[in-house]
Amino acid sequence: MQKPKIATASLAGCFGCHMSLLDIDDRILKLIDLVDFDKSPVDDIKEFTGRCLVGLIEGGCCNEENVRVLQEFRKHCDILISVGDCAIDGGLPALRNGIPLKECLTEAYITGPTVYNPSGKIPSDSEIPLLLDRIYPCHEVVKIDYYLPGCPPPADTLWQALTALLSGKPIDLPYELIKYD
Amino acid sequence: MTAYNETIVKDICRRFGNERSRMMDVVKEVQTSFGHVPNEAMDAIARALSCPRVEVQSLVSFYAFLTERPKGNIIIRLCDDVIDRMQGFDRIADAFKEELGIGIGETTTDGKITLEATPCIGMCDQAPAALINDVIVTNLTKDAAREIVAGLREHGDPQRLVKRLGDGNNAHELVRAMVVNNVRRKGDVIFGEGKPSDGLKNALAMSPVEVIRAVKTSRLRGRGGAGFPTGIKWEFTRAAKDETRYVICNADEGEPGTFKDRVILTEKADLLFEGMTIAGYAIGAQAGILYLRAEYVYLRPYLEHALAERRKSGLLGNKILGHAGFNYDIRIQMGAGAYICGEETSLISSAEGFRGDPKTRPPFPAQKGYMGHPSAVNNVETLCCVTRILERGAGWYAQMGSNGTSGTKLLSVSGDCKIPGVYEIPFGITLKEFLAMAGAEDAAAVQVGGPSGQMVGPAEFNRIICYDDLATGGAIMVFGPQRDLLWVVSRFMEFFVEESCGYCTPCRVGNVLLRRKIEEVRAGKCDPAAIAYLEDLGQTVKIASRCGLGQTSANPVLTTLKNFRPLYTARMKENEAGMQMTFDISAAVRDAEIIAGRKSANF
Ligand SMILES: Cc1cc2nc3c(=O)[nH]c(=O)nc-3n(C[C@H](O)[C@H](O)[C@H](O)COP(=O)(O)O)c2cc1C
Ligand code: SF4
Ligand code: SF4
Ligand code: FES
Repeated sequence: MQKPKIATASLAGCFGCHMSLLDIDDRILKLIDLVDFDKSPVDDIKEFTGRCLVGLIEGGCCNEENVRVLQEFRKHCDILISVGDCAIDGGLPALRNGIPLKECLTEAYITGPTVYNPSGKIPSDSEIPLLLDRIYPCHEVVKIDYYLPGCPPPADTLWQALTALLSGKPIDLPYELIKYD
Repeated sequence: MTAYNETIVKDICRRFGNERSRMMDVVKEVQTSFGHVPNEAMDAIARALSCPRVEVQSLVSFYAFLTERPKGNIIIRLCDDVIDRMQGFDRIADAFKEELGIGIGETTTDGKITLEATPCIGMCDQAPAALINDVIVTNLTKDAAREIVAGLREHGDPQRLVKRLGDGNNAHELVRAMVVNNVRRKGDVIFGEGKPSDGLKNALAMSPVEVIRAVKTSRLRGRGGAGFPTGIKWEFTRAAKDETRYVICNADEGEPGTFKDRVILTEKADLLFEGMTIAGYAIGAQAGILYLRAEYVYLRPYLEHALAERRKSGLLGNKILGHAGFNYDIRIQMGAGAYICGEETSLISSAEGFRGDPKTRPPFPAQKGYMGHPSAVNNVETLCCVTRILERGAGWYAQMGSNGTSGTKLLSVSGDCKIPGVYEIPFGITLKEFLAMAGAEDAAAVQVGGPSGQMVGPAEFNRIICYDDLATGGAIMVFGPQRDLLWVVSRFMEFFVEESCGYCTPCRVGNVLLRRKIEEVRAGKCDPAAIAYLEDLGQTVKIASRCGLGQTSANPVLTTLKNFRPLYTARMKENEAGMQMTFDISAAVRDAEIIAGRKSANF
C-alpha cells in the first residue's frame, strides 16, 4: 500500500515551527516509515506531485505569494493544520497590522534611522511578491481543519498530533503539551 | 463656560468633602464648569482627593458622558439603537449632519455644537429620540431636526426647544419635558390605589425581621432581570455582620427597550422612596442611594424635590415617623452613560467613584457592597412593589399573578406595534395575549427582555410571561415581518461590543468576533460551518465571561440560531473548495499595488 503523503510550508513564519518538527529527533525515522514527504522545505520539493493527506502550515499570510501557496495547499491536502501562533493568529509579523502599509515600508526603506538607501525608493521588483495590507491568519484565507498552538508547538505536540491522525485515533494531548504560560 | 481655574476645581472637591468616593460627582461638576475635564483639572482633583492621577483619568475615560477633550457647549446625542433605526434614524441623522455641516462624532467649526450617537435612552415608545445636553427631544422628524439646529444657533438653550410638555409629571415645573408616559394599562400594584405612607407606617409597626418575612411571604422577586427573591436578599444583607448597611436602588435602566422605570420615577417617585425607606428599616441601613442613569438627569430636580418634601414630612431623616432609632436618608448618585453600570457590582464601583468595572463575586453585595458594607441592591420596580406589599398585605400580593410568580409586571413595549408604551400586567398571561393588547398581532419576532434576553418567534408566542418561562426585566421589542432579523442581531452585538467594560477576553474579543461573523453571514459569504462557529463561540462567551453582560451578550445570536435557524441556513453557501469567501485578495493587495505602481502578478 502506498504511504500517505505530508506536505509542509513556511509562510510568514520564522521556520521555528519546522525546527520544532525536526526536534522529534530519531522519531523522524519512524515518521518516514509512516509517510512520504511531498512539497516541503524538508525535502526541497517545490511543487505538489499529487494529493496529500496532511498539510502543515507555519506562518500566516503576509504577501500574495503566501496566499497562493496556502490556496495550493488547500487544493492538494485533505487535512490542513495551522501550526504555531503565526499561522493561527498572525503572530509577531501581525505587529504591523495596526500600521498602514505605506508607513511601514517608508519607515523600513526610507526614513528609518539606520536605513542606507541612496535611491530613496521603496524596492519594487516584479520578483518581490506584493505585501498584503495586513497579516492574515491562515483560517481567514482558507478553511483550516486543525490548530496546533504554541510558539512553536513542542515537538511532542506535533508528534502526537501527526501519529494520531495517521493511525485514525483520537488525539491525546496532555495538559503540559498545550499549556503556554 | 469658564476658562480653567484651579480654585473652581478645589471648591468643587471641597463641596464633596474631598471624599475620594465622590469622584463621579466631582468630575461631573468639573465638566459642567469647563465643558470637559481638562488635564490640569485631573491633577488638581487627584491632589484634593488624595489619589493617583491615573484614577481620575481612568474614570473620565470610562464613561461615555465624560470627556477629556473639549466638545461643544451643546452636545446632541441621537439614539441610534434598533428601534430608532427602524423609525427613521438615518433620515434624521442626515438632517442634523446637513444642518450642522458635520458628521457624527464631530463638533461644528465654531466649536459650539457636537453631534454624537448613543444607545437606547429609554424613549423607545416615542422614537426617534435624542438628548440635547440634559433635555430630551422625542418623535423627531427631519423638520424637527432643522428647527432644533436653528433654535440652538439662535438662542443656544436646549430647554427652549421644548414647545409642548408631556402628560402627568412630565409637565411638572421641575421636569418640563416633552416626554410622554404612555401608560396603557394600570394594574393593582405600581399603578394601583393606595394611601401614601401607609406601607411605611405598617412596616414601622412591625419588627424588621417581620417586614422581611412579609416580603418573603409575598414571593416578590427582583424586577431588574435576574429575578432573585427579594426577601432572601434582604435576609442575607441583614444577617451580614456590620454596623453600616446600604440600600441601593438601581435606576440605571440601560437595557435597550426598557423604559418602565422612567415612568415610575416620573409618576411614582414617592412609592419608590417609601419602598427604599422600608428596605432601609428592614435590613438596618442608615442610608440609601438612588443610582440614576445620566440620560434621566432631567428628572433629578424633581426627584431631589420629592426627597426634600419627604424630609420635611419626617419621612426621611432622624426618627422617621417618630420611630426612635430609625434614622435614614437617601441621596441620588448620577451615572455617566455606561450600560454596564446597571450590573449591581459595577453600579457599586461607579457609586464609589471608580470606573464601572464589575467586581469579583463572592463576596456578594449583600455581604460586602458599597464601601465594603452589606448592601441590598434592588430595581426601582421591586422597591415599589415592597411599598404595596406592606400597605396591602403579603397575602393580597401573593394571590396575584401566576402560580410560580406573584404580582404584576411593568412591560415597556416598542417597535412594530400599534400601541407602544408601558403596561402593568399580571404575571401569567401569554406573550400572545400581551401582543394583542399592544396591537402587535402580526409580529414576526419579539425580543423579550432586551438584547440580553431572547428573540422568540410565533411558535413561542403561547409561552407564559413569568420567571419560570419567559422572564423579562420589562423590555418587549416587536419586529414585524418586514424586518431583517439578522440586522437586528448585528445591531445588538454592536451594542455589546460598545458596552463591554473590556475586563475579560471572552466578552471583549468574543463579541467582536460574533458581530463580525454575523456580518459575514449577512453578506452571504459563509458556508454552513459558520453555524457551528457561532454556536461554539457564543457558548464560550456565555460560559467564560466574568459578569452578567458577557454571560448574556451572545443571546441575540444563540436565541435566533435556536428560534430562527432558517434565516441563517438560507444565507449559507456550500464551499467544497475550502477557500474563504470572506477573503478578498484584490482588496488585500490594493495598497501594495499602489505603492509599487504595478498589478499583482499572482492574482
Ligand atoms: C449588564 C447588566 C445590566 C443590568 N442593568 C440593570 C438595570 O439597568 N436595572 C436593574 O434594575 N438591574 C439591572 N441589572 C441587574 C442587576 O445586576 C441586579 O440584578 C438588580 O438590580 C437587582 O435588583 P432586583 O433583584 O430588584 O431585580 C443588570 C445586570 C447586568 C448584568
Ligand atoms: S509560531 Fe513561533 S516558531 Fe512558529 S513561525 Fe511563528 S514565531 Fe516562529
Ligand atoms: S463579561 Fe464583559 S462587561 Fe463583564 S467583566 Fe467581562 S468584559 Fe467586563
Ligand atoms: S430610545 Fe432609542 S431604542 Fe430606546
